[in-house]
Amino acid sequence: MRAKLLTVLVAGCFGVGLALSAEQQSVEVVHWWTSGGEAAALKVLKDDMQKKGYGWKDSPIAGGGGDQARTVLRARVASGNPPDAMQMLGFIITDYAEEGLLGNLDSVAAKEGWDKVVPAPLQKFDKYKGHWVAAPVNIHRTNWIWANKKIFDELKITPPKTFDELLAAADKIKKAGYIPFAHGGQPWQDATIFDSAVLSAGGPEFYRKALIDLDKTALTSKTMEKAFEQMQKLHGLLDPNYPNRDWNLASAMVINGKAAMQIMGDWAKGEFFKAGKKPNVDFLCFQYPGTEGSFTFNSDAFALFKVSKEREAAQFTLASAIMDKNFQEQFNLVKGSIPARMDVPGDKFDDCGKKSMADLQVALKNNAMLGSFAHGHAVPEGLKGPMIDVVTNYFNKGGSPAEATKQLAAAVENAK
Amino acid sequence: MATDWETPQMAQGSGFAWSRLVIYGLLGFLALVYLLPLVVMLLTSFKPLPEIYAGNILSLPKEWTIAPWIDAWERACVGLSCNGIKGYFWNSTKMTVLAVTLSTLIGLLNGYVLTKWKFKGADLLFGLMLFSCFIPFQIVLIPMATVLGKMGIASSTTGLVFVHVVYGLCFTTLYARNYYMAFPDELIKAAMIDGAHFFKIFWRILLPSSGPIIVVAVIWQFTNIWNDFLFGASFSTGESAPMTVALNNVVNTSTGERPYNVHMAAAMFAALPTLLVYIFGGRYFVRGLMAGSVKG
Amino acid sequence: MATTYTDARGYDDAPSARARFQELLPKLVLAPSVVITLVFVYGFIIWTTYLSFTKSRGYPVHELVGFLNYTRVWAQPRWIVAIHNLAIFGILYIFICLFLGLLLAILLDQRIRQEGTLRAIFLYPMALSFIVTGTAWKWMLNPGLGIEKLVHDWGWTNFKFDWIVNEDMAIYTVVIAGVWQASGFVMAMFLAGLRGIDQDIIKAASIDGATLPKIYWRIIIPQLRPVFVSALAILAHLAIKSYDLVVALTGGGPGYASDLPSLFMYANTFTRNQLGMGAASAVMMLLTVAAIMVPYLYSEVRQSSRSGR
Repeated sequence: MRAKLLTVLVAGCFGVGLALSAEQQSVEVVHWWTSGGEAAALKVLKDDMQKKGYGWKDSPIAGGGGDQARTVLRARVASGNPPDAMQMLGFIITDYAEEGLLGNLDSVAAKEGWDKVVPAPLQKFDKYKGHWVAAPVNIHRTNWIWANKKIFDELKITPPKTFDELLAAADKIKKAGYIPFAHGGQPWQDATIFDSAVLSAGGPEFYRKALIDLDKTALTSKTMEKAFEQMQKLHGLLDPNYPNRDWNLASAMVINGKAAMQIMGDWAKGEFFKAGKKPNVDFLCFQYPGTEGSFTFNSDAFALFKVSKEREAAQFTLASAIMDKNFQEQFNLVKGSIPARMDVPGDKFDDCGKKSMADLQVALKNNAMLGSFAHGHAVPEGLKGPMIDVVTNYFNKGGSPAEATKQLAAAVENAK
Repeated sequence: MATDWETPQMAQGSGFAWSRLVIYGLLGFLALVYLLPLVVMLLTSFKPLPEIYAGNILSLPKEWTIAPWIDAWERACVGLSCNGIKGYFWNSTKMTVLAVTLSTLIGLLNGYVLTKWKFKGADLLFGLMLFSCFIPFQIVLIPMATVLGKMGIASSTTGLVFVHVVYGLCFTTLYARNYYMAFPDELIKAAMIDGAHFFKIFWRILLPSSGPIIVVAVIWQFTNIWNDFLFGASFSTGESAPMTVALNNVVNTSTGERPYNVHMAAAMFAALPTLLVYIFGGRYFVRGLMAGSVKG
Repeated sequence: MATTYTDARGYDDAPSARARFQELLPKLVLAPSVVITLVFVYGFIIWTTYLSFTKSRGYPVHELVGFLNYTRVWAQPRWIVAIHNLAIFGILYIFICLFLGLLLAILLDQRIRQEGTLRAIFLYPMALSFIVTGTAWKWMLNPGLGIEKLVHDWGWTNFKFDWIVNEDMAIYTVVIAGVWQASGFVMAMFLAGLRGIDQDIIKAASIDGATLPKIYWRIIIPQLRPVFVSALAILAHLAIKSYDLVVALTGGGPGYASDLPSLFMYANTFTRNQLGMGAASAVMMLLTVAAIMVPYLYSEVRQSSRSGR
């Protein structure tokens, strides 16, 4: 860090007339988009920065959907050497802002009018105490089901509207020799299903009361038991090899026609595209039954760390580049999500993306745009962890739903 | 040098041919079992992707291809830059060689002091150092990061080397101490009478016969430092990261396609140095562990 | 025994500055390592212990809360499972490694022709990290892809080996991979031990008519006691530290059925913003290590220094 500062000063002294081989100021970005498609999409940002005269120092750390990266970040923060920007979701941004580690993006935000184009539920996370601290990249939706159209057509199934219809359809699918649900047995995937189960069992208001406000009566209510019952029934419709399976391998099962459905956020769409599949031609996308009209979201954002004045210009440029309409469109076309800005035209997006964008407006109006519990947008990490423990344990082990709700409430109490 | 140990069978004189069969059979079977993961990795690294998704993990490739190996070295995507793992390989080499050399050297000196220049309390100090071998690294990560930050070497090769030396000291000291304990004191005494001092005795007398234990210390340290991920990821940035970080990014990517053949090839590259060290140093490893138990 | 600096004539030299320096030198040489150990190991242990008594969440907070973190850790069902698993995993891992290590060492010691190659084959797993081998193991243990499928393909369709997806059996797969990794090292230790045994006793016993197995059982193995003790210490510490192994193989699952204290500590410290609880679980891990290590270390340091050579 000091070496870089020194270099910048020296370069500044010698003036702009230096040859291109001089060290240009760069931003260091930590993220975990290390695979082909998303890395390519992120590269758009890097090229943009380069056009504006800034270098990009890439420090990716894969693993655990960001868990490894966050461990490394903790160490770097402790050593007083945070990166310029880091990929963060939901309450993690809040946590770091609380520690006073994030910078202030108000100047950029005001100049570009972010307040008007970023939905309020996202602003809850991207702002801290009224000040912008992170630039959102996308909006993912978690209450989707992705289905193999061929199987649905063959068995004359249409997207079910209620949970019972879903069970009936699954039954038909099982009898025909296909696997009803492809699932990857990892805690976050189990929790992603839980998002939808709670939403389906009790509606958006119940979801908010239970999983966001952590109201004890809601957590131990019969409605919550219904949600756990849904989980139990779904568990019976999986193939036996689901534990620890990666989510994209589960998507592959649907793509290849071995399984009929996957309950997963819309990053799964990216897998279908990569395999050359088209929505409504090869695969169907519809909301988990009972959650139509509600939008459980999670949003990747780049949080900008507090840095010295000299580096601020580079950071502001990065923030601005992230919110650039063109970048948002390009990136989200690849990622499967929709732009964080609501004023990006949706015509290039596929049918599922268009539905997402339309549903977003409806949900906002009806106060039904809710942070995803599974992905850290409902409760902070300290609470989310033990709660997901209860969910994943129940999903795999089974037991009585009443007992599970009690455990859920106890986990919340213990972690407060 | 240690004399070959005569097996009880030879001592007994007669040959039990069938027991040799059992022994070889058992060893052969166990060897195959131990080799299984390596075989799976190698086979996968030479197969084209469709074959991997289709088939059996132990089947021979129907179509052998070395493209995954080239991809892993030159083109694999480690984040935004898709230049393979070759750069990181060099980072690891630099860092590991430095850390291994330093920790071994210091360990040898420590062992020397603890056995030939004993003073009151030396045993307690050794005990303290020995216990520190057993600390899990996650526990020290954050405090270490804080200290390194204050020292100004947090995200640099220096910092990483420092961390590995600190946590490697206890093992190298342990090995050296046990080894030197068996080294005859008379030689030291004789050298002292001839006027040699502390360092001279070390360089001239102890070090030349330290071959086996140097190998043990080097093998142990090399393995642990080369394979370390936690410290490497936390105390390096961007292009200066060690190879385990790059490998992790290639193999553990949370989203997107998984070219398993490239993963396995990359993993083999990562494993190659340690494998070679073990294969060529294996015999010295045993010999080094042995020293100290052979009677003069 | 303290060394006194004597010169060539054999007289005790007057305590000149040079002599004093020479006497101080060994301590000076050792000092940096001692200081480093005190600061970077014990200092950090003290820091962690302190943290475990504070209200720290995402970052250290200097507000003491007594044993609250410890009660909170024990109130989590996941921690109970982790401890339970540590006992199962630890005991099996240690005993199977010791048994296999000894067996392999004895076999290899029988004047085998390919000893070098075989030894390398048993030792190499120690050289590889689980980032390298994790995927291969996951595949091999996966019923749909690995060994179960292989045996089915060979014709035995009733063969079942789906431990890794089974709530109750997942932890045993961790034992398998762990043993594969560490037993070679134990073998090397035993091999070294075997090669150091005094042949004369063996000769005498065989002349007296003792059979081979009896010689091993009665004479050789008892003499390997120090190796057993060292190996036990190393294996115990590896077992408690095990993290990469579990993460690569089962991720702690299904659910948290194969969780271990090291994963619990990791999650709480780094991703769950529960520094206090993470520190408390770390302290408990350290206490477990200490309980096993300290007696061993004490005896090792005492005994070998007493025997001198």
